[in-house]
Amino acid sequence: MDLMVQRRIKQVLKGDQNAFGEIVELYKDKVYQICFRMLWDRHEAEDAAQETFLKAFLNIHTYNQDKKFSTWLYRIATNLCIDKIRKKKPDYHLDAEIAGTDGLNMYSHLSSGDQLPEEEVESLEVQETIHQAILLLPEKYRSVIVLKYIEELPLQEIADILELPLGTVKTRVHRGREALRKHLRHL
Amino acid sequence: MTSCPKQIVHYMHEYLDGEIENDAKEELKFHIETCEDCKRHYLELKKTIALVQSASHIAAPAGFTARVMALLPRETKKFGVERWLRNHPFFTAAALFLLLMGGGFFSMLEQADNHFAFTKNSELKVENETVIVPAGAVIEEDIVVKNGDIRIEGEVDGNVTVINGERYMAAAGSVTGEIEEIDRVFGRLWFEIKSLFK
Repeated sequence: MDLMVQRRIKQVLKGDQNAFGEIVELYKDKVYQICFRMLWDRHEAEDAAQETFLKAFLNIHTYNQDKKFSTWLYRIATNLCIDKIRKKKPDYHLDAEIAGTDGLNMYSHLSSGDQLPEEEVESLEVQETIHQAILLLPEKYRSVIVLKYIEELPLQEIADILELPLGTVKTRVHRGREALRKHLRHL
Repeated sequence: MTSCPKQIVHYMHEYLDGEIENDAKEELKFHIETCEDCKRHYLELKKTIALVQSASHIAAPAGFTARVMALLPRETKKFGVERWLRNHPFFTAAALFLLLMGGGFFSMLEQADNHFAFTKNSELKVENETVIVPAGAVIEEDIVVKNGDIRIEGEVDGNVTVINGERYMAAAGSVTGEIEEIDRVFGRLWFEIKSLFK
């Protein structure tokens, strides 16, 4: 797959947009997933994911072909999401509080758009609690937890994506896990 | 747990990351078996990880790729020709050969090509060097227009090629095949060579 991606990138560098479409197809789910887990809003996640690919296309000449393409792409996505989280911090606190009191706000986020059968509601409530716990993490812990446990990437790759020393990533994973434990141990 | 060695929790995390030294692993194992608090702490961490990993995987919404592609800056026209040349090396070689060897061919092409011409089809209407595909008409063949324009109001079930002219598409008009506008000498030569070999 890597070889195929490298070939597509060479075509994109020559100006072939169709080749870029194939790259988008390959990575759209992963990128969207990172954005969704970081931002916890479908519209914002789609905006962020689209922006990620647009940025990748415009800056494709800065990508070093000796490195893994996904690392470079995920870095763009996480940086964009972290920026977005920082910009809208006050909203998030408000959101989280409302959700903490009755769970309605976050829940309606998830169910908007698709109708779900009754039996899925219970597992959805568990999902809801998990997401809320992830959302309550400060963004520096949230990014490592999403990359480690949702994207299931190795620690070294996470360090490459976030451009942080491996030790820092480990510390953040540890602290993130402890913070999550506090929210989730009673489930 | 207040009396437990401080490194125990640290060992738990090292263990969860799969990066623990053997000595530390033994110490952790032994401690967890004897200390209820630490055992609970460890199990809670395990559960937390399992819960976070259970977060259902979601896919990008439908039509995502198309929306991304629409955001990209327009591909340069130059590239379309380049891609064509790259994908058809035989024609490229043939074109170069003819270009170098067949000067006469080129001038012949020039002479033959200055008048208005188009694919004969009874459905087509003509108005001042503009070929019109009338609304409601369905033309089931490829259309080539030279030195003139085409206006598509109906349907074309095939390719449309316009040489030295403009293409206008009405809202209701549609073309199932490829639409090509060739207006540079080289592009025209190209098209001629292409049709020679057909």
